[in-house]
Amino acid sequence: MDLVIAENVSKDYITGKIAVRALEEVSFGIAPGSFVSFVGPSGSGKTTLLNLIGCLDRPTLGKLTVAETDVARLDRRSGALFRGQNIGFIFQDFNLIPVLTVYENVEYPLIMVHDVDIKDRKKKVMELIEDVGIGAERNKYPDQLSGGQKQRVAVARALVTAPKLVLADEPTANLDSHTAAMIIGLMKKMRDSLGTTFIFSTHDMRIVGNAEVIHTLRDGKLTDTMKKNAKKRGVHDV
Amino acid sequence: MFRLIKIALRNLLRYKRRTILTMSLITIGVAFVLVFVSVTASFKAMMVGEITDSMLGHIQVHKKGYVASIDNLPLNLNLKLPAFQKVEKKIAEIPEIEAFSPRIKFGGVFSNFVESTNIRLNAVDPEKEWATVPLLPSRIISGSKTIRPGEILVPELLAKGMKVGVGDTAVVVATNEDGSVNGYQFTVGGILRSVTGPGGRDGYIHIEDGRQILRMEEPEISEVAIRLKKFNTLENVAARLQETLGKEINAQGKPAFEIHTWKKLTPFFNIVRMIDVMTFFIKLMLIAIVLISVMNVMIMAVYERTREIGTIAAIGTLPGRILSLFVIEGLSLGLLGAASGTVFGGLAVIVLNAIKIKFNFGRQQGLILALSLNVTDILTISLIVVGVAVLAGFQPAFRASRLEPIKALRHV
Repeated sequence: MDLVIAENVSKDYITGKIAVRALEEVSFGIAPGSFVSFVGPSGSGKTTLLNLIGCLDRPTLGKLTVAETDVARLDRRSGALFRGQNIGFIFQDFNLIPVLTVYENVEYPLIMVHDVDIKDRKKKVMELIEDVGIGAERNKYPDQLSGGQKQRVAVARALVTAPKLVLADEPTANLDSHTAAMIIGLMKKMRDSLGTTFIFSTHDMRIVGNAEVIHTLRDGKLTDTMKKNAKKRGVHDV
Repeated sequence: MFRLIKIALRNLLRYKRRTILTMSLITIGVAFVLVFVSVTASFKAMMVGEITDSMLGHIQVHKKGYVASIDNLPLNLNLKLPAFQKVEKKIAEIPEIEAFSPRIKFGGVFSNFVESTNIRLNAVDPEKEWATVPLLPSRIISGSKTIRPGEILVPELLAKGMKVGVGDTAVVVATNEDGSVNGYQFTVGGILRSVTGPGGRDGYIHIEDGRQILRMEEPEISEVAIRLKKFNTLENVAARLQETLGKEINAQGKPAFEIHTWKKLTPFFNIVRMIDVMTFFIKLMLIAIVLISVMNVMIMAVYERTREIGTIAAIGTLPGRILSLFVIEGLSLGLLGAASGTVFGGLAVIVLNAIKIKFNFGRQQGLILALSLNVTDILTISLIVVGVAVLAGFQPAFRASRLEPIKALRHV
């Protein structure tokens, strides 16, 4: 069964008295363990869709199921609990907590969200920061890191709770192309080793090729879906 | 919880200058209030001690109606022997009472054979009086430290005006309850330092001499002054005396006695109340300082860290934990401010004690203020500061916890 199922999902934003439709009847399914990208120009609805999948927002119409949960039914508290249990986030601006070290940033969800005991916490955090290649920087603060290092920390933080799904909104937008390729490579490597589903949005066509499934959005509509080694109506091999 | 505190403290250090400024404000406020409370409490304690321990005693028992006419020192409102014995018996039943002294108070004319003036006299048993008002002997600035029959202690101002000194002879003329006048020759046994308030110009004689001047066939008493073992039992003991003596009925079916604490017997109590009101307003100012400064810092913190709040909310931090995080920041500001304020307040008290602040109060000159900080004041002020800091931090913290992650993440 798909981890994410969108059925005719629409999202309207009300600006003053005008309703602006950001997503229009979008339907798709994302299998567990897949490496999926949503592409499209700015304003195409990528971030809106990721926010809906991440339970940060609710669809106006349609049904969106994540990990067998109808996200529209989640209130503030249960939404937070659900995100903490099932979803990791990687942000375009890294969004690390500046007063915490690399180690503490990665450790943060285990303390604030999961209440993991100190021994397990240390083991998980150390393993992950070694895996993402920032073990040597573990005592540094975010302002002492490069953009690529910050995003590695963000990847580790997203994965530390062993979520079913990691959402990355434009994770390479603030990185040079070499670092961007490295981060996408790292995400893919982590997917391979942990089996976590990765969904990322980008308008950078240089990194899209790493995705196994590419959904194209334009003006809030899903216009195309490409899958490697799969071909059906509207679905092309990459 | 430890991690939350650690994160909260680091967040405070993130904006060092702002945190230091806010903490300084709280520190200055706490230190100032502590010094003020210490000065006023010391002043109050000194003045109350001076008044109760050298003149009034802590509680006084009179015949009903005496205090209303106290300025006239009415002899017809004296306690007769059976009434006094009742008072003695009830006093003996209260273990909190340390000592008591029966007094005969009357007005008379003091003459040095050349000129004469009015005088208020207290006829007392020196042993009992010294035990009840132990500072009285220290007011004797020259002469004998006791009162022997035939001797009179004359207040300083009167002695100066009448040009009498220790060893001189003087005559006291007084009218008794029946209206007959009697004169009695005394030797000036000592000169009393003046104190502020009624009683500051009172002379003292032996109780036996008092009875003779007033030609009392049976012993009578104007008032019974009482000293307590612990001053803080004042209201409790007064209430118990009221319960027992206050319910005694005289032959006319009316209350026989009236019981008053020192508060009802001296206008200084109004000054004490004024000082308490001032202290209250000073504490209100401190509350305002803490409230405004902490709230300002926390509102700014929430505003500046909105995206961060969005991030921690997005990764699953529950609203309650976000609330705790910010409340702990406010709490930490309050705790640190209260702690450093207490340290600085304590240091200021030590310095002021070393300087030995002198002041004059009424006729009393060169009183040295002995400041001390008591634990109750420190705890009260610290609790106020910490409580207000938490309260001030709560509103911004609540706002932070209610932020929609998606909106917070978009915040620039």
